[in-house]
Amino acid sequence: MKLNIVPLKFSNDPLLRKLIENLSLFFREIEIFYTLIDIEKSYSPERRQYYSTRILESVIKSNPEPDGYILIITELDLFVPVLTHVFGEAQLNGRFSIVSVCRLYEEFYTAESDNKIVVQRSLKEVLHEIGHNFGLLHCKNWECVMHASNNVENIDIKGNTYCDECFGLLKAKNIVF
Amino acid sequence: MEENRILIVDDERIVRESLTHWFEEEGYIIETGENGNEALKIFSRGKFDLALLDMKMPGMTGLELLKKIKAIDDDCIVILITAFASVPTAIQALKDGAYDYVTKPVDPDELNNIVHNALEGRKLKKENEELKKQIDKFIVPENLVGESPQMKKIIDLIQTVAETDSTVMLRGESGTGKELVAKAIHQNSKRKYFPIITVNCGALSESLLESELFGHEKGAFTGAHFRRKGKFEIANGGSIFLDEIGSVSAKTQVELLRVIESKKFNRVGGNEMVESDFRIITATNEPLEKLIEQNKFRKDLYYRLNVITINIPPLRERIQDIPILANHFVKKYSELMNKNVNGISNRALDQLLNYEWPGNVRELENTVERAIVIGKGDFIEPEDLHLKETNFTITNDSVLNGDSTNSLEEIEKKYIIKVLNENNWNISKSAEILEIERVTLYNKINKYGLRKIK
Repeated sequence: MKLNIVPLKFSNDPLLRKLIENLSLFFREIEIFYTLIDIEKSYSPERRQYYSTRILESVIKSNPEPDGYILIITELDLFVPVLTHVFGEAQLNGRFSIVSVCRLYEEFYTAESDNKIVVQRSLKEVLHEIGHNFGLLHCKNWECVMHASNNVENIDIKGNTYCDECFGLLKAKNIVF
Repeated sequence: MEENRILIVDDERIVRESLTHWFEEEGYIIETGENGNEALKIFSRGKFDLALLDMKMPGMTGLELLKKIKAIDDDCIVILITAFASVPTAIQALKDGAYDYVTKPVDPDELNNIVHNALEGRKLKKENEELKKQIDKFIVPENLVGESPQMKKIIDLIQTVAETDSTVMLRGESGTGKELVAKAIHQNSKRKYFPIITVNCGALSESLLESELFGHEKGAFTGAHFRRKGKFEIANGGSIFLDEIGSVSAKTQVELLRVIESKKFNRVGGNEMVESDFRIITATNEPLEKLIEQNKFRKDLYYRLNVITINIPPLRERIQDIPILANHFVKKYSELMNKNVNGISNRALDQLLNYEWPGNVRELENTVERAIVIGKGDFIEPEDLHLKETNFTITNDSVLNGDSTNSLEEIEKKYIIKVLNENNWNISKSAEILEIERVTLYNKINKYGLRKIK
C-alpha cells in the first residue's frame, strides 16, 4: 500500500522525517511529492484560516486518480464553515486527506515547544484521517486512534494505532499493513 | 455505531456539506434540506432524532421551522445555529422547544458534545419511560400463589382496588396472607414509590400504639427524649397497613376516626397540626360486626374502614392451591438452603391435601420449610411433614343417609364417598379405581365439600 505525502506550506522537515519513520510501519511505500495549487481561494480573510474542503478539492482536481493514498500535511490553520477549526479532513472511503499541525504544536497553547508531543499528535491525526479513507468511522474506544478528538488533550489521551475492532474492520475490507 | 438520524437545514450548501461530512464520520445518518419547506417534506417522509436548523434562511426562518417540526414530532431534538448571538432570539428558541442554540463558528468539541449529550439524554429518557412502563405492570407478590377461583377473584380485586384510593379491609383467618394482599394493593397503586407502613395494632398497648401511630414530641412522656415521627407521618404519600384493627381501644378508635376524616393529627404531647397523605388498609380476623353489637368497636369507624372488603378464604377452602403453594415453597426453601429437593412425593402430597391447615398458608410454608430441613431424600416424604392427624368429617350427612335426589352429581358424589371410604381415603388408590387423575379427585372432594370420618 502506497502513501503519497504532499507537504503544503509545511516547513518542519524533522517532523516530516519522524512521521515517515512511524508511518512506514503501516505503509510499505511512502513517497513525498509537491504540488502547485492555489491556496488563496481557500483563505477566509475574516477568519484568517483556510477552508480544508476547498484545499482537498484543489488537490483532487490536480491529481484525480492517484497511485495510492494522498495525505496533505500543512501548517496552515484549517476550518470548515460552522466550526472554529479542524485538525484535518478526509474523504470517507476515498483516497485524499489533509492534516494540519498548526494546532498540534504545543506553542499554539503554551509558550513552550515539545517536539516529541507534536510527533505523537501528528501521527495520531494522520492515522485518524487515513482511517476515514479506509472507511472507518469514529470509534468509542478511548485507546483507539479513530476515537473522535476535537482538542489536543483528547489526542494526547488516545492511542497511536487502531484498536482490535477497527483492525478487524480493516481486515474485512482487505486492508492489511 | 450510532444509528441516529439527523436532519441538517441550512441555505448555504457548504455549511450543509461540512456538517454532513462532520457527522457522517460519527456514524450518524444525515439528510439535508436547503429551506424550511424542503425540510418539512423530508421530515414527513421519516422520523429524525435530531434537527440542526440555521436561524436565518430565506422564506421560513429557523424559529418558524422549529415550531412546525415540534408540532409534527415533539420528540425530535432541535438545535438552532446562527451567525449572530442574540439573547432574545435564544430565549424565544428555547421557549419554543429548542434543545440548544449555537453560534457560528462553533467549537467542534462543543458541537459534538451538544449533539451527543442531547441524543444520549433522549435515549435515557426513553429507557426510563420503558422501565416505568415495566414497573407499572401488575405485580403479584410471589407468595400470593394459587389457581383456585377464590384466589383468582382476590387477584382481580387487588387489581381493581389498587387503582383507587379507597380504604380496604382485609378479612381472613390468621396465616391466610392478609399482609401480602395489603402489600400487593400498595405495590400496584400509584403510591408504590412511597412506603407501606405496617402497624400490628394487637401487639401494642393503648399508649404505645398512640405514640407509634401519631408520633410524639420531646418530653411528651417519661423516656420521650426526642421528637419522633409517627407511622401516619412516615406513610406520607404511601399506605398504612393496620393489622388486627379489631383490638384497638375505644380511645384510639376515636383518634383513628378523626385522622381518617381529616388526614391531620397532633403528635402525642404536641400542639402542631401534622398533615399526611396516606391510604389506609386494615386487616382483622375478628368478627367486627359482633364487636359493634357488644359496643367494643365503633360503628362509624367500621363504616369508614370497610369501604371495600376482601375476604381471603382459609386454605382448606381452596385445596387445589395446596400442591401449587407447596411446590412453590419447596423451590423457595431448597434454593435458600442449597438443598437438592425436587418435589413432594405422592404420599406426602396426599397428607398435605388431607390436612385441615388451621394455620393456613403460613403453616403450610413452615411445614415445607421444616420438611426440607429434616428431609434426607430428593422428595419430601410423609415422615418429613410431622402433621397432626386431623378429624375429618363428612359435611353432608344426607349423602350417607340415602338422599332421594338422584341427579348425576349426587350419584357421582355418593360413589366417590363410597370409593374413598373403602380405601381409607387413600387418594391415589381411590383415583385409580375411579379412573380419574388425582387432581380431578381433589377437585371433586373440594366441590362436594367431602371430609373423612375418623
